[in-house]
Amino acid sequence: MGRYMQGNLVVSPSPHVMDNITTTGIMRDVLIALAPAFVMSGVIFGSRAILLTITCIVSAVVFEWGFRIVTKKEQTIGDLSAAVTGILLGFNLPSTLPYWMAVVGSFVAIVVVKQIFGGIGQNFANPAITARIVLLVSFTTPMTTWSLPNRIIEASDAVTGPTPLGILSMGTDLGSLPSNMDLFLGYVGGSLGETSAIALLIGGIYLILRKVIEPSIPVAFIGTVFVFALLAGQDPFFHIFAGGVMLGAFFMATDYSTSPLTTPGKIVFGIGCGVLTMVIRLFGSYPEGVSYAILLMNILTPHIDNMSRRKIYGGGKK
Amino acid sequence: MSIFNKHLPAIHVEHHKNTTDSATVKMPVPDKVYLSMVQHIGAPCQPTVAVGDLVKVGQVIGDTDAFVSAPIHSSVSGKVTAIDKSLTMTGIWDTIVTIAADKTQEVAEGIKPPVVEDKASFLKAVRDSGLVGLGGAAFPTHVKFNPKNLEEVDTFIINGAECEPYITADYRTMMEDSELLINGLKNTLKYLGIKRGVIGIESNKAPAIAKLREMVKDDPEIEVLELVPVYPQGAERVLIYEATGRSIPPGKLPADIGVIVSNVSSIVALQTFIETGMPLISKKITVDGNAIRTPKNVEVLIGTPIYKLINFCDGYKRVPKKILMGGPMMGRAIYDDGMAVIKNNNAILAFDEEFATVPKETACINCGRCTKACPMMLMPTLIAKAYECKDLPALEKLHATLCMECGCCTYVCPAKKQLGFINKMAKQFIMEGGKK
Repeated sequence: MGRYMQGNLVVSPSPHVMDNITTTGIMRDVLIALAPAFVMSGVIFGSRAILLTITCIVSAVVFEWGFRIVTKKEQTIGDLSAAVTGILLGFNLPSTLPYWMAVVGSFVAIVVVKQIFGGIGQNFANPAITARIVLLVSFTTPMTTWSLPNRIIEASDAVTGPTPLGILSMGTDLGSLPSNMDLFLGYVGGSLGETSAIALLIGGIYLILRKVIEPSIPVAFIGTVFVFALLAGQDPFFHIFAGGVMLGAFFMATDYSTSPLTTPGKIVFGIGCGVLTMVIRLFGSYPEGVSYAILLMNILTPHIDNMSRRKIYGGGKK
Repeated sequence: MSIFNKHLPAIHVEHHKNTTDSATVKMPVPDKVYLSMVQHIGAPCQPTVAVGDLVKVGQVIGDTDAFVSAPIHSSVSGKVTAIDKSLTMTGIWDTIVTIAADKTQEVAEGIKPPVVEDKASFLKAVRDSGLVGLGGAAFPTHVKFNPKNLEEVDTFIINGAECEPYITADYRTMMEDSELLINGLKNTLKYLGIKRGVIGIESNKAPAIAKLREMVKDDPEIEVLELVPVYPQGAERVLIYEATGRSIPPGKLPADIGVIVSNVSSIVALQTFIETGMPLISKKITVDGNAIRTPKNVEVLIGTPIYKLINFCDGYKRVPKKILMGGPMMGRAIYDDGMAVIKNNNAILAFDEEFATVPKETACINCGRCTKACPMMLMPTLIAKAYECKDLPALEKLHATLCMECGCCTYVCPAKKQLGFINKMAKQFIMEGGKK
């Protein structure tokens, strides 16, 4: 046998084996986890919901692709994170929103929030949430015109109407609040991907089982909303199933780059999201506060990270 | 460490212990051995022989007066044919003594069991045996066995975890040399005056656990501890925590918290010396990897060129692209298979091109997997970011120097960042006082 020496052999630092997990694999899992809610959005709001989400996905991917080309950076659309942002943005829109507005939302999410700050992992705020808030303040009326589920339309002839949280916020017609079962299944007005708590719960549990996310943020978030509602004398199940809590807790607040690194930090983050959500819902002028709550906590994340450094082995001082 | 964490963070790495049942075979004496003068941490040895000298097996051929060192012995009988400088696998220039073997393996005069009757003579025997930490770090054993506060040391731990994938040499040692191991441990406890002995073995080596437990059933001072088979159970600090629940404060040594740890092979080599007077001249090594035709455990003379050892295992089955000294998690990739086996080698692994391909690095997504995996509970991603900015105060605050380079962070990283390597550079940067 011959000898092998310099030039024939690869010399690289240890370890020489790595887990087969990749960023693309993680994002693929998130897409799989979002699939049940995607299907339910079509069942509840019809084909326009599906088309609007697809518009968001395609435009998000195209914006990322274009930005990387214009800035002469390595192409990153293969990591699927732009597709995840697109689908999450779509889920945060009413199904009646004009397509071009959704494209504007994708631009804000991908170009302004994500790429200008350096791309994946570098953004300080959740792209989909920030884009939703930008759309909400820019196009308030179309962003708050909620189409009603097909089932309700047949019953009442109305095409649009308030969300359950909207009804609660106005406080005039509490008798028209949907049952908790309708809330749980998602047959209520709202953003197209947020209404079906059951579909989001299935996806969230899948992510936890696949170890893509830790349960700490969703449990702290949803738990805080539940307890807060209980203390405020309201139906806690209504508050956790209504609005964007499920979508926010499992899919938006758990975004890696904008949430704390350590488990204690994640718990603080989740509690913060829950408290802010309920404060806005009960005392604010907006009926729903999930996106603002998450955005505010995103901004606090570096500080939470600084305060929740782990105690190292041997108990050294920080 | 909260009460919820009985164990330190760890990772699951596929074991690939293919050679578990391969009883150790002795490799014949090679034509030439190449003995490095740096086979330990500390001061390099100076050759005590000259070109043309005739040497015998076990004869000292390199030594130094420095305290932190260990002598080097000839592993063959024959003639010194060259003493020259050569680049070692760690990239430093080192003196290599080349000895052409006459294959008679004539034993040097004066090789006889040493007189060991108290601590001083025991420690002298440890140094004379040329023993260094055979688990990997190659720290001279006589230094480790003689800390300033020896009377405060209450536990002696033998590391039989062998958490690195592929390697089974320690397992074979425990099965084949169990008498030497137990007697070596008893002697060590006796002469160092330590009350408790623990042998830590991962549960995937059940036969070794059963065999050793049976042997020490009448010795209440010795415990065979079953460890969870996760990586890095065999890391000194992790093993100490598992065995005693104690952790070493940063900058301290195991002895400071009353513990001394030694590898299975080290204790067997020590007991061999005590019984026969033959110093450390050979080593059990696992030869494996998907480029090796016949993986096996081989007892090989120190100084044997690696390609000779691989030829003994029927050579390469595929074109090797990466050859490792040690395991895949912490082993070192070498650039020439003509390099020679050194004292602290426990495996030679050769792999094909597919294995050797280093995955492409992408951007950090801040997922925190490295933080969760780190057994020292450091935050590798933050250390990497601080190092990129050459931020010395931040690196110190993050305790980058506590990193033991186990590689868990790199292993779990979905972005395939070389976090362990970056941390290693960060440690160097801190040691140099932050010079940019």
